[in-house]
Amino acid sequence: MRLKYVLNEVLVGLWRNVTMTIAMIITMSVSLTMLGASVLLYMQVDQMKNYYYGEIEVSIFLRTDVTDAQRQAIDQAISSSSLVASKSYETRAQALARFQELWKDQPDFVKSIGPNSLPESFRVKLKDPEQYKTFADQIQSMQGIQDIIDQRALLDKVFKIFNAIQVMALVVAGVMALAALLLVGNTIQVAAYSKRREVAVMKLVGASNWFIQAPFVLEAVVAGLIGAILGFVALFAGKLVLLDHRLQALTTILTPIHNSNVWLMLPLLAGVGAVVSAVTAWVTLRFYLKV
Amino acid sequence: MIQLENVTKTYPKASRPSLDDVSVGIEKGEFVFFIGPSGSGKSTIIKLLLHEVTPTRGKVVVNTKDVTSMRSWKIPHFRRSIGCVFQDFRLLPNRTAYENVAFALEVIGKTKAVARRVVPEVLELVGLGGKEHRYPHELSGGEQQRVAVARAFVNRPLILLADEPTGNLDPDTSIEIMRLLDRINRTGTTVVMVTHDSNIVNQMRRRVIEIESGSIVRDQARGVYG
Repeated sequence: MRLKYVLNEVLVGLWRNVTMTIAMIITMSVSLTMLGASVLLYMQVDQMKNYYYGEIEVSIFLRTDVTDAQRQAIDQAISSSSLVASKSYETRAQALARFQELWKDQPDFVKSIGPNSLPESFRVKLKDPEQYKTFADQIQSMQGIQDIIDQRALLDKVFKIFNAIQVMALVVAGVMALAALLLVGNTIQVAAYSKRREVAVMKLVGASNWFIQAPFVLEAVVAGLIGAILGFVALFAGKLVLLDHRLQALTTILTPIHNSNVWLMLPLLAGVGAVVSAVTAWVTLRFYLKV
Repeated sequence: MIQLENVTKTYPKASRPSLDDVSVGIEKGEFVFFIGPSGSGKSTIIKLLLHEVTPTRGKVVVNTKDVTSMRSWKIPHFRRSIGCVFQDFRLLPNRTAYENVAFALEVIGKTKAVARRVVPEVLELVGLGGKEHRYPHELSGGEQQRVAVARAFVNRPLILLADEPTGNLDPDTSIEIMRLLDRINRTGTTVVMVTHDSNIVNQMRRRVIEIESGSIVRDQARGVYG
C-alpha cells in the first residue's frame, strides 16, 4: 500500500509540473551527455596513448657527410644505451623507397626528390617513450647527427587537442549540471509547496521523515534517470553519426571507440543522474520542509 | 504524564522570553486549560510538547520521555502518541472526512484494512456518522472540527493537545466540541487545551493554569477564567 502510495505521488508530482519536469530532464540529459562524452574521450586518449606509444620511434637522422666511423660510434652508443628496446637502421635507398611508396599518388612530388635527398637514419624504440629527453641528451652531442625527432612530440599535440575538447566538454557538463541542480531544487520546492497541507498533516500525525520525503526525492530521481537515458541515447547517436559516418576520415588516426565502452556510460550516467538528483532534492527538502 | 521543569524559551531576536522559568506537572487523565492573553506564551507550551521548538533552558518530559534531548529521527514516532487539534482545523480540502482521518493512519503505516475498521468507528464517536463522504467545504465549522478531533484521536493517543479549538466556532458549537473533548478525556486521554474562551472555561470547571508574560500566575484545580 505504502509503496503504491509513494509511486502514485511521484507520478502525480512529475505530471503536475510537467513543463518544469521537462526542463529538468533536458538540462540533466545535456549535462550527462557532456559528462559521458568527456569520460569517453578520456578513455580514448588513454587507449590511444597505449596504442601509439607502443608504436612510436625516435628517429636519428644522420648528416649526408657522415663518416663510417661516426656511424659506427652512434650505432654503438644506441646499442649500449639502457633506455633502448630495439633499433633498426634505414639506408638512403630504403628511405627513398619508403618515401616513394608513401607518396605514390603524387608522382611530381616524388620526382622532385633525388636519390640522395633523404638522409639515412636509425629508428629506435625506447623501453619507455617518456624517457625521450634523457636518451636524446645521451647522443645529441655526437658527431654526424643531423637531427633527432621524437614522434611522441607530434602525437602529444594531437592529445593536447583531445584534452582541450575533453576539458570543454567537462566545463559544459559542469555548467549544465549547475542549471540542472537549480531546476531540481526549484521543482522540488514547487512540489513541496503544492503539497504543503499534506506535509503539515503528515508531520503532525507523526509520519516518518523518509515517508514524507520519499515521494519528492523519488520524483527527482525518476527525472534524473530519464535524463540519463536520454543523455545516453544522445551519446550513442553522436558516436554513430559523427565518428562512424561524418568524421570517418578521423578514425584512421583515432583508435576505434568500442561500443562496449559507450554502453559502459549507461550505468555511469544513470548513477550520476540519480544520485545527484536525489541529493539535491534531499538537501532542498531539509531546508524547505525542515523535517 | 507531562512535566515542565524550569522551562525557559526565548525565540531568536525576541527581547524577552516567551516562557520564563515555568514548572508544571500534569497527571495522566487530567483535563487542563492554559489561559492567558495573546502573546502570553501559552501556544509555546503546545509547541514545546510537540517538539516543534526546543526549550532554551529546562526540561520537557512527555509520557516519561525527555523531549528535550530526543534525537530528531525519533520525533515522528513520538508524535504518534499525541493527538493535535487546531483553531483552523487543518483538514485536507480535497479529501472527504473519511479520507482525512484515514490519511493520518495510512501515512504512519497502517493498512487500508485497519482504516476501514477504525475510521467509521471514530467518526461515529465524534458524531459524524453518515457524513463520512462529505468534503470539508460541505461541512459546517463544528463538523470540520469534529473531523479534526477524529483524526487526532483515531490513534488513541495518550495526550490530546488542543490549540484554541473553539476559536473559529460559535458558542453553541463550541460547547458541543467541548463535550466531545470531555468524552475523549473520560476514556483516560490527557487533554491539554489552550484557549481564551472564558465562557467555556467557566462552564467546564477543570484545572486552569493562567499564564501572563511567560510566567504562571495561577494554577487552580477547579478554576474559572477569572
